[in-house]
Amino acid sequence: MTRFLAWLALIFGCVFFILPLVGMGEFSLKMRRGVYSFDAYRKVFEDPTFWATFGYSLVLAAATIVVGVLLVVPTAYWVRLRLPKARPYVEFVTLLPLVIPAIVVVFGYIRLFNTSSILPLTGTAFGTDFLLTMGYTTLALPYMYRSVDTGLRTIDVATLTEAAQSLGAGWLTILARIILPNVMVAVLSGAFLTLAIVMGEFTMAALLNRPAFGPYMQLLGANRAYEPPALAVIAFAITWGCMGLMQLVTRLAKHERAKA
Amino acid sequence: MARTRQGLIQRLPLNWLGLVPFAVFALLFLILPTLKIVIGAFQGPEGGFTFQNMLDLNTASIRSAYWTSIKLSVITALLGGTVGFAMAAAVVFGGLPKAVRGPLLTFSGVASNFAGVPLAFAFIATLGPVGLVTIWLKTNFGINLRAMGWNLLSFWGLVVTYLFFQIPLMILIITPALDGLKKEWREAAAVLGATGAQYWRMVALPILFPSLLGTFALLFANAFGAVATAFALTGPQLNIVPIKLFAQIRGDVLGNPNLGYALAFGMILITAAANTLYIWLRVRAERWLK
Amino acid sequence: MTYLTLAHLEKSFGQNHVVKDFNLTVEKGEFISLLGPSGCGKTTVLRMIAGFEAPSSGAITIEGQDVTGLRTSARNIGMMFQAYALFPNLTVAENVGFGLKVGGVAKAERAARVTEILEMIGLPELGGRYPFQLSGGQQQRVALARALAPRPRVLLLDEPLSALDAKVRVALRNEIRSIQQELGITTIFVTHDQEEALSVSDRIVVMNAGVADQVGTPFEIYNRPATRFAAGFVGTLNLIAAKVIDPKTGTVALAGMNLQVQGTAQRAAGSDVTLALRPEGLRLGRGDGEGAVFRANVASVQFMGSTIRIEVMAAGQKLTLDTFNRADQPPPRPGDEVEISLSGNNAIVLD
Repeated sequence: MTRFLAWLALIFGCVFFILPLVGMGEFSLKMRRGVYSFDAYRKVFEDPTFWATFGYSLVLAAATIVVGVLLVVPTAYWVRLRLPKARPYVEFVTLLPLVIPAIVVVFGYIRLFNTSSILPLTGTAFGTDFLLTMGYTTLALPYMYRSVDTGLRTIDVATLTEAAQSLGAGWLTILARIILPNVMVAVLSGAFLTLAIVMGEFTMAALLNRPAFGPYMQLLGANRAYEPPALAVIAFAITWGCMGLMQLVTRLAKHERAKA
Repeated sequence: MARTRQGLIQRLPLNWLGLVPFAVFALLFLILPTLKIVIGAFQGPEGGFTFQNMLDLNTASIRSAYWTSIKLSVITALLGGTVGFAMAAAVVFGGLPKAVRGPLLTFSGVASNFAGVPLAFAFIATLGPVGLVTIWLKTNFGINLRAMGWNLLSFWGLVVTYLFFQIPLMILIITPALDGLKKEWREAAAVLGATGAQYWRMVALPILFPSLLGTFALLFANAFGAVATAFALTGPQLNIVPIKLFAQIRGDVLGNPNLGYALAFGMILITAAANTLYIWLRVRAERWLK
Repeated sequence: MTYLTLAHLEKSFGQNHVVKDFNLTVEKGEFISLLGPSGCGKTTVLRMIAGFEAPSSGAITIEGQDVTGLRTSARNIGMMFQAYALFPNLTVAENVGFGLKVGGVAKAERAARVTEILEMIGLPELGGRYPFQLSGGQQQRVALARALAPRPRVLLLDEPLSALDAKVRVALRNEIRSIQQELGITTIFVTHDQEEALSVSDRIVVMNAGVADQVGTPFEIYNRPATRFAAGFVGTLNLIAAKVIDPKTGTVALAGMNLQVQGTAQRAAGSDVTLALRPEGLRLGRGDGEGAVFRANVASVQFMGSTIRIEVMAAGQKLTLDTFNRADQPPPRPGDEVEISLSGNNAIVLD
């Protein structure tokens, strides 16, 4: 009985998840009347805007990952090593982005950093890109912090630090040469998740008026019929790839550790 | 000289300096922008303090937007939570082959992140007017979904679409909690004469309660703040708060910038309330787990 | 009257045959230990009595009722687990009252019973605490109280002491035994610790590879092990090779000496046997002159308090012997030449 219900729940879920994927896959192949073809994909790939927005989002994702790592790794490390008291507060702040909707945060950006403010970031394209990167960093913050903090838990931060200090290493060396390599798996997991989030993000980029991949997809969706599902397939593949890479690093690391 | 310097450094709360970069970042890009909204919600056009913006929220259109948003978030959180719980429980306790678990969790990781614009496209291609399932049902069974009142670009269409990321999110978060239920508790309850239902009611659910509640709050906030999926699916016409706010930010459709602040402040208020409720109940429920 | 019967129990997990033709009859109020190394099937037998595992074949009868196919919750048994398994969301009193509550006992009666049983285990003032506020020993006492509260027909103990530290372990096992005797509750105790089994049981079942090797009182098990496994698993043993000279009189030859032993009647003259001797069956010195005497060289001396364990080399092999401590007689030192003697009455003849 239990097993029957279990199978029922699982099968229902699988059908619900697989249908939309099949739906978008099938629809994306129907551009040419009567036969399946990759015409929609060809159209998408021939569109220079696709490549431009895709590249733009990729660059921003990379920037977000760099900022996120530089921000999160030293902070999480410092909190574990020297400031356990600050832990609840830091954790609270890192979880805020799950509570405050992204649209509210970006609304605040627009009003706080507008051209008549002290820090007129939205006045220039570069400034806005910077702002968008910061916005993405906040979006990724909960995942990045948790991932790195969990990674730090598995190593003995205090002993590693003391050992390095006794050998004459400075803080920068300790962070870059000791701590970072030890939490590399966690950092990479966080990085791939960040990549997945940034590549599909719509709200912040649209409201800051930047030519990112998300708004491009939305625009195409409003005007075309067959390209959008093709884009959805591509986006799904990206997400899947990011998650797959995430699992791969985790598994490789386990393997490494088992060997050592 | 060197000694006094050392002493000075020791007296200064130097440890806290390590948090400065993070604090500056959080302040500039998370806290101050939010505060700007909160303060703006209570400012008049000339900058003075006023409750007028909050009072102005009380229009039929805005009321209905909030109501629809709350309904949408509660329903998708409840449905997604229930189905996700059932699937996670099926994998953890249901006696399914072990091989099911890994792929399901991996897939959940992907699906919970597959939100926004492409998700809307996937559902349009499936349940839209000329979607795969719609056409299939019509040609093979003569079932006309549209005639039966189905419309993907509506409230319930949005519910079904949101479930695509709500269910996997639930699975991801609740599976570790279910793993934490010890086999011995179930066995001890059975030996003491408890039925399966009694075990769930008196032991398992109370233990899971904080996690269930936390996940519900998260799912609620997740749906409440989502813009992209709804926007790509229905465009600007569906009357939910995030879409309204989106339109307001783009073009001041309310005709009053400070009303926009109030609208956003309302969103913060609701997600904050959901999370406060969660934290409060969690503390109560976890007396036995310090 | 037979209270609990396990008849021809078999259990296989796939290809793995864990319990083979297991038979046991238990009297009312008996304390039975299932003793064996990990993986011997003792826990599986217990779990079949509890109803967590269904036997592949065979029958389980309690008070004349066949419970083999009965679900766990209807069997009316009590159980203590290795890892406490207290419900963390319930207080001590609620944990103890759980069985009564699901059994439909009224609130007032339940409270009275909980108070009574908490006094019995010596924790009357802890009813309002949560499990996480208790020490391991206290938690396991509460688990005992919880198991006993609904007045079960049989009490099952699944290595309940193994997670505790040594001192608590001894105290609690004595407490369990005395409460068991006070209530006269039929108890099955699974353990891999021979000392535990020997000290509290009415009878012990020595299990090996899914089979009950020997069933008997602690005295029998210790002094007359039926198999080499039982002999080796319970206690320390010296094994000495010998040859049967005359099966009728029980004369065997070892290291050039003759010795009278019991248990050779079934064996042919000239066959090889092994004599097993407990360390306390060997004596330092000549003794009363009966039996065999060896010259030996002391290899090591362990002073253990009331007894002294001495390892010696004799007749080309290492032998272990125990002797009582006496204040006026210092033990030998390593390297000393000594004489040791053994009596045939203490020797067990094995194949």
